[in-house]
Order: sequence, then structure tokens, then C-alpha cells
Amino acid sequence: MKSKTLFVIAAIVVGGALMGAVSSLHPFGVPTAEGVAVDEHYLTHAGTDLSCENVVTSIVFDYRGFDTIGESSVLFTALLSVMMLFRKGGRKE
Amino acid sequence: MKKKSMRPLSVVARTACSMYGWFMMAFGAYVIVHGDVTPGGGFQGGSICATFLALMLIAHGSDYINEWLNDNFYKVCLFLGLFMFIGFGLMGLGWACDGTMMLNWATVPHDALATVKPWWPPSGTVALMDIAVGIEVTGGLSLILITMFRAVRLEGVVEDGLGKETGHDQR
Repeated sequence: MKSKTLFVIAAIVVGGALMGAVSSLHPFGVPTAEGVAVDEHYLTHAGTDLSCENVVTSIVFDYRGFDTIGESSVLFTALLSVMMLFRKGGRKE
Repeated sequence: MKKKSMRPLSVVARTACSMYGWFMMAFGAYVIVHGDVTPGGGFQGGSICATFLALMLIAHGSDYINEWLNDNFYKVCLFLGLFMFIGFGLMGLGWACDGTMMLNWATVPHDALATVKPWWPPSGTVALMDIAVGIEVTGGLSLILITMFRAVRLEGVVEDGLGKETGHDQR
């Protein structure tokens, strides 16, 4: 009973903190809001800092490079599943 | 059980595909290598390079491809590209004490290009990772294609031979 009370108090405190943090999220559907606009940074810095004329490639392979690791592993996983599904010696004629 | 085979197309189609397939590989390599300065990139160029195997398979039939193709080449491509890609990312982690993963450690800023002429591409790891991902996508998509093709059991004996004007679009 005591632990349940503690749990309720902790849930209220943590939930209140999270609900308070909601107010400082950037507004939904406004990509050019103050302080959260990264597109202009990408567009202005990709050509000068990276000397990479293709901004899409600079985002895919540099700014969001960790995402591209995931894409590569998605391709690798697809290949693994295909080779596992269509493997040889599965049945006899 | 009668084995069916994917028969080759006619002589005209085979000759044309053999000629222009290599031009398509060159175009795919161009898209991969110039991914940082022109539209395209590793994924797109790798897809173009993987189309080469599909073209050869349709034009020449399965027997020629089974004789000619070595799977290990594409497997080496896949793992080489994957390890190159992750390796370039990890090099950014270790390059400086405050480095992060995927740090672009080889880039030369655009203003410094007037004085410094690097022998590597000035966009640094963007171009290198482009090449790595292009190699990986080439190997992966070609392996998926050849694995799924072999699984549908179209390989075997050619009944009609190579001389006549036969194709799998006829009959």
C-alpha cells in the first residue's frame, strides 16, 4: 500500500514535469517557427562549410548520416530475409 | 518433372543489350561518384548499376547467366560497401577528441578551395559515403534479384537452342 502511494506521487510529479515541458515544444505544423528552423541552416551551410552543391546528399550523408546507417541496415535485412526465405535445399523433389 | 528455362531473346536484342549494358554501368558509376555535385547519389546510382543484371538476365537467359555470373562478387560488394560506410562514420568518432559519429572529418570549406587543392573530393565524407553506399546497394539489389530468380526454378535445359529466333515473349 505504501509503495502504491509512492508510485502515485512519483507518477504525478513526473507527469506534471512532462506536461509542463509540452509548452516548450515547437508548434506543430509550423516548420519555420523561431528557433527551430534548420532548413535555412542546411541551405546556407551546405554549400560553404561542406562545399557540397547537392544539398540533399549533404543532408542524407552528413547531417542525417545516422539515418542512412539505418537505411543501409534495412537493405541488408531485406537481403538476409530474401536469402533465408528462398534458400536452397528446403524440400526434395 | 520437366524443367523450364528462361530462354534468351533474339540475336539483335542480345547484341544490343550486351553493348548498351556497359554504358548503363558507366552511367550508374557516374551517378554514384558525382553524387555530391549533381542530382543523384549512392542509392540511385546503385539501383542503376543493379539494373544491369536484370537486363542481362532478360536478354541472355538463365543458362548464360548461371555460367557467367559469380555471386561472390556481389557479396564482396555488399559487405565492402557496408563496412566502408560504417567505417567512415566511426572515423569521425575517433578523429578528434570531441568528434561525433558521422562527423565530416575530410571536408574543405568552400572559401578555402581557392588556396588549398585537396586530392580527395572537397565535400569529404559525403562523397566517400556516397561511393560506399553505391557499392552496397549494387551488391544488395543484384543479390536479391538473382536469389529470387533462382528460387522460382526457371533454370535448366534450353529446349530450343540458341540459334533460332526464340524468346520468352513468344509462344
